[in-house]
Amino acid sequence: MPPLDTSRPVSDEVKATTCYMCACRCGILVHLKDGEVRYIEGNPDHPVNKGVICGKGAAGIMQHLSPARLRAPLLRTGERGKGEFKEISWEEALSLATDWLGEVRDRDPKRLAFFTGRDQSQSLTGYWAIQYGTPNYAAHGGFCSVNMAAAGLYTFGGAFWEFGEPDWERTEYFLLFGVAEDHGSNPIKKALGTLKKRGAKIVAVNPVRTGYGAIADEWIGIKPGTDGLFVAALIHELLATRKIDLDYLARYTNAPWLVIDAPGTAEHGLFARDEAGKALVHDLATGQLVGAPAAGLKPALTGRHTLADGRAGQPVFALLAERYLDPHHAPEAAAEATGVPASTIRRIAAELAEAAFTKEIRLAQPWTDWTGETHAEMVGRPVSMHAMRGISAHANGFHTCRLIHILQILLGSIDCPGGFRYKPPYPKPVPPPLKPFGKPGHVKPREPLGGPHLGFPTSPADLLVDDEGKPTRIDKAFSWEAPFAAHGLMHMVITNAALGNPYSIDVLFLYMANMSWNSTMNVPAVLEHLTAKDETGAYKIPKIIYSDAYASEMVAYADLILPDTTYLERYDCISLLDRPISEADGPADAIRHPVVTPDRDVRGFQEVLIDLGHRLKLPAFTSPDGSPKYPGGYADYIVNHERSPGIGPLAGWRGEDGANFGKGKPNPDQLRRYIESGGFHMHHLKPEQRFYKHANKDYLEWATAVGFMPSSEPVIFQLYVEPMQRFRLAAEGRTGESVPEQHRARVARYFDPLPFWYPPEDVAGAGPSRTAYPIHAVTQRPMHMYHSWGTQNAWLRQITNENRLYVHRDLGRRLGLADDDWVWIVGALGRVKAPVRLMTGCHPDTVWTWNAIGKRQGAWALDPDAPETTKGFLLNHLISELMPEQAGGYRYSNSDPVTGQAAWYDLMVRLERCAPGEPHETSPRFEPLGRPTQIDAPRELRFGEAFGGRRS
Amino acid sequence: MHPAYSVIVFTTASGAGLGLIALLSAGAALGLIPPDRTLGIAGFGVGFALFTGGLLSSTLHLGRPERAWRAFSEWRSSWLSREGVAAVVTYVPAGIAALGWVMLGRSDGIFAVAGVLAALAAAVTVYCTGQIYASLPTIRQWQQPLTTPVYLILALATGALLATALLAVLGHPWSLAARVAFLALAVGLLMKMLYWRAIDTSRPRYTIEAATGLGALGKVRPLDPPHTQPNFVMREMGFEIARKHAERLRGFVVLTLFALPMALLAIAGAAPSPIPPMAIVLAAGSAAVGVLVERWLFFAEAEHVSMLYYGKAAA
Amino acid sequence: MTSLPQRTDRKLGLVIDLDICVGCHGCATSCKEWNTGGYSAPLSDQDPYGADPHGAWLNRIHAYEVGEGAASRTVHFPRSCLHCETPACVTVCPTGASYKRAEDGIVLVNPDTCIGCKLCSWACPYGAREYDYAHGVMKKCTLCVDRIYNTNIPERDRVPACVKACPTGARAFGDLGDPQSEVSRSVAVRGGYNLLEAFGYQPVNKYLPPRERRDATTAARSASPPTMPTSDGTSIERFFAWVDRTLSAKET
Repeated sequence: MPPLDTSRPVSDEVKATTCYMCACRCGILVHLKDGEVRYIEGNPDHPVNKGVICGKGAAGIMQHLSPARLRAPLLRTGERGKGEFKEISWEEALSLATDWLGEVRDRDPKRLAFFTGRDQSQSLTGYWAIQYGTPNYAAHGGFCSVNMAAAGLYTFGGAFWEFGEPDWERTEYFLLFGVAEDHGSNPIKKALGTLKKRGAKIVAVNPVRTGYGAIADEWIGIKPGTDGLFVAALIHELLATRKIDLDYLARYTNAPWLVIDAPGTAEHGLFARDEAGKALVHDLATGQLVGAPAAGLKPALTGRHTLADGRAGQPVFALLAERYLDPHHAPEAAAEATGVPASTIRRIAAELAEAAFTKEIRLAQPWTDWTGETHAEMVGRPVSMHAMRGISAHANGFHTCRLIHILQILLGSIDCPGGFRYKPPYPKPVPPPLKPFGKPGHVKPREPLGGPHLGFPTSPADLLVDDEGKPTRIDKAFSWEAPFAAHGLMHMVITNAALGNPYSIDVLFLYMANMSWNSTMNVPAVLEHLTAKDETGAYKIPKIIYSDAYASEMVAYADLILPDTTYLERYDCISLLDRPISEADGPADAIRHPVVTPDRDVRGFQEVLIDLGHRLKLPAFTSPDGSPKYPGGYADYIVNHERSPGIGPLAGWRGEDGANFGKGKPNPDQLRRYIESGGFHMHHLKPEQRFYKHANKDYLEWATAVGFMPSSEPVIFQLYVEPMQRFRLAAEGRTGESVPEQHRARVARYFDPLPFWYPPEDVAGAGPSRTAYPIHAVTQRPMHMYHSWGTQNAWLRQITNENRLYVHRDLGRRLGLADDDWVWIVGALGRVKAPVRLMTGCHPDTVWTWNAIGKRQGAWALDPDAPETTKGFLLNHLISELMPEQAGGYRYSNSDPVTGQAAWYDLMVRLERCAPGEPHETSPRFEPLGRPTQIDAPRELRFGEAFGGRRS
Repeated sequence: MHPAYSVIVFTTASGAGLGLIALLSAGAALGLIPPDRTLGIAGFGVGFALFTGGLLSSTLHLGRPERAWRAFSEWRSSWLSREGVAAVVTYVPAGIAALGWVMLGRSDGIFAVAGVLAALAAAVTVYCTGQIYASLPTIRQWQQPLTTPVYLILALATGALLATALLAVLGHPWSLAARVAFLALAVGLLMKMLYWRAIDTSRPRYTIEAATGLGALGKVRPLDPPHTQPNFVMREMGFEIARKHAERLRGFVVLTLFALPMALLAIAGAAPSPIPPMAIVLAAGSAAVGVLVERWLFFAEAEHVSMLYYGKAAA
Repeated sequence: MTSLPQRTDRKLGLVIDLDICVGCHGCATSCKEWNTGGYSAPLSDQDPYGADPHGAWLNRIHAYEVGEGAASRTVHFPRSCLHCETPACVTVCPTGASYKRAEDGIVLVNPDTCIGCKLCSWACPYGAREYDYAHGVMKKCTLCVDRIYNTNIPERDRVPACVKACPTGARAFGDLGDPQSEVSRSVAVRGGYNLLEAFGYQPVNKYLPPRERRDATTAARSASPPTMPTSDGTSIERFFAWVDRTLSAKET
């Protein structure tokens, strides 16, 4: 046999950092050989991925070496959208940006709109925007999954994905709603494998059976947008069969809180409260009304109780039971609309109950609750759930997600062994005590905003509206149109700015968001908005600054390009102040650090932002002597910035000697400690702190000490969201607050303090008729792609570089379609041509495709005839960003009426077979974009040739 | 299977060349053909040119032609290696026979022995070529009892046509050669028809259900391929030809490789001078085109089992 | 050598659990990135940014739908070299570049002596051989022979790159010649099977079949109808009465 050295050195050096091939933020080990990246693997010690790596992560080398990487700052020379640029120096670029931004800040800061996309440094970008003083800042959460965040935070002070996770180790029954492949991807995959091996049951509720649904023990091919109805029927069934945890409800939720029953008054539907403002419950032990929460209560969950002023109050639970026990929530009533047989709904409910109550877990772990009562064991209800965009991206997503949380809470399965667990720093108070800033009085030239942009309104007084009730933010977040818009409405910024509704702006500053293509609704209209000119011939959006690492479609529509680095060339901070990587057993944060040096004239966006902050003399980025406050750039900021005394971007190794977690003085050695420790830090909770965190004395006191919680008060789950009732009362005209007439009925309907299901199309009002467009059209993200980044990657695009419209065989048969036939997907907004693949595993009246495969010709350094441009198609062209005109001409955005979450998945279409002879090429296609960087992509790749070999 | 031109040219040209060499050297050894110098130069010249050209062409199919010499080592197990060895071995007796004929004008004694050995070696070489295909259970259309015989008979037939043409053009008696050619073509036609019938009627042996082992769960349909553009396996094994197109080409083969040459041989046998040499050359030319198409079709009609994973229902 | 070893000391191979694979392609790209710089370097890619991108991958993931209607299911199906015990790809090789190792049964191609004749790919029923268009030689799964014995790699990581990467744990690596090994036991318990056994090549790699579903198609109609309390009053009144009874029972 030939000589073979099976033990060759792999690399000269291994550097641990954090992946950025998607938002999952796994730990990676980057092997370097001769200064080049040889191999990227999962970091076995990392809490997120524990050594595994996904299809994207393992293709990181090709992302890092992409020919689409921008090479230097660019200044637009041609018309917008042509992609004609000249390279300029960083000094020129930063001076120009400073001029543009400084002038606006001096005049009227709100005329800057600063929005970031898949940014993982929102605590910095948001802070910068506060310092700048514009109210117009948000990241992409509004078109991603704000419904999940808002519904969770208004209900139990946590949320799916980043703020919590199932107790994978112990759960016996896992209910997975909607597409979930795109977030928390490796942890969920790893967990699914574990559940399968343990024999725990997995149920996937999803119109499409791919990915996780494929390996589920049961797939429920529900009709899109009807999950809420399905869950309400499960709740009905659990109530009807008495399979709920009354003790848990009495202890940890507002089920016993008394709701004032005084129809027509300004207090109807609010909680009866004592002088201290605590909600009253009827204590069965004493027969008295007592302020809750309080130790030793035996609260009533039923009945009508007379309040001190003679009015009646009913416990929340009674209202809840009345609502969901109503026959219109019975499984039979839900079966037709959801497409799920009543017998299946009943069986799932019975299985949930069986898992929760028959398979009850008792961990021999004593703990003390917030009242000081010690419990000998931790009781677990091993039922857990997860949901992401499939629930979120409907106009009823907020309420649907709330219904799911109520289902979890009725089963007693939040933060118990086997249930759904918080990831610290969650839980937070319900809702978190943050109010959005951006009211007219908050915005002043040359002054910081005074507080965060994003928060959690609890009454109409918190809205960002002017005296007439008009929005003060460009995206209309926190206005009557979207009162709980906790993540903003990035999907509306370009449209609103170009239409001057609510006002026009001077500078649009975007980071890492492909807003002229796959991250926007109604691409044709948005392209017009981006290039629209006023009567003087000036662009309606006068200046656009954009930062991206790659020649995306958005680059061509910006005036000034600030080229970002790849993820292996930069510092980043995955912070507890932002979106951490915590596990249920303890908080964790992480960094990225440059493992290779850029070979181009590019800078990390965060470095640039800090530099601009100083150039603009923003107070937090400028020392009193006028010098830069963080001369060492982002790394300097990460270590030395303090948001409040002792609290900074990283929680690990704080204090001068690095001994502190959470709070402590900046430690100059902090980054080195992170780098040496695999790029992350995790604090492990003590066993007695690990469950019931919402009511666990040890945990709450510790969380308060490290700054996660404002106080060690328990977090009481809000089955009934009183703040919503406040909005409803205002909309009904009970409170004397001025609510624009236009919004009254809508707010009154959708601000129901108990969640309910409504057809998403109700929100559209005068929407297109079901008969014209009877087919649902949704997208999923392939597990090996992340947004538009994936298909430029030489390896990943081999896996998928053209997408198909997946059509159920029965529908295909009705329409006479065969595999590879071409169809027109016709919606109210236009039509898109696509090739077809027939399948069985999808809802019969639902078609779907992979998201973000289609590319515009000229972008991403792909050849003009790349399949992404000739056969890859987007459904975005068919999704309207604006709803049809209401009476009075008002047009709402295509969003959830509570949160402003982009309703991507409410698209309705019909299919028309292409005529014979129509070219097999997608449509619409747009004018080819010029290439901003003249890099010739190689015709052949032999990556690794230099590293390889068989002999030593 | 992808019909690679290098392999098509190799098998047809080498086959014809070896057929010609075998007939000349055996014919001379048996005293049926006079060791005429011009005939020797022309005959062995054409024979070696086709044989060697074919071999060179075959190296174009290799990713690393400069390493072709390595192919001789594994004759114990590999038909391809055996083919290479046999091809090289053939040069020795064929070369001796050719030298005796051309240089010394002799085809007796040691040269006769060499001639017989050359014919045998040529047959072995073609046999090995046929066995390369016939021994592959992955391709039903190739693993047929008639695969190797067809290779042999077509090598003989095309070689015989060339021999007849050379004899006729150079003014030697050619009727025996023509009879051999006619007979070989007739047998070849019969074999090829039987071969086609065999591959048309033999049932596919494997299904996508068997390939994936998922048949117990029901019928298997591909949902997504591993990659959206064809990979090597699909490019190499995934070539497909439409049934109708294949039938037309089979008809073309019957006409150009068999019917027309046989008719032209018959005409040559009956027609007065100067028609016969022209008819025979025409026959050889027609067969050359025909055998190229036959070989192309041999690949194009072959279905590889691995394509089951890519969605082919059966193979 | 083209001649196969009479027996191999061990039968190293993979066990792939089709019940767990979600089709994420993590194994495929991990394989690509390890091997393009390892034993098989490079695994070249042609037209990587053009109309017809394709390259050498040693592991490819198919997705199938199986069965009809409610009983149908989606199965993701990774496919790579099975390291057969009697592989035809080795015996057809004219140069001896293809060989099977006597010590562990791994089937390799020596890229220094392969002539790129592609006959091995014709002989393989599994489509597991990958021709490298740039390198002109055949590539294939090496079972990461340059990882599994590599003392430069931490011991826990000395498994094939695909196995290390797999997020769901659908791939396991071990000695299938040892009936006591974990992989052999999982094959025995789960009814692991060979692909295309009829060829007689005796694949070492095994596939574990998808488990039976636990849904409406298999559920015994066991869910007994819920038993409702039969006291008087409307259903909501009966429900509240139950709540009160339960809460007061807890008090005592």
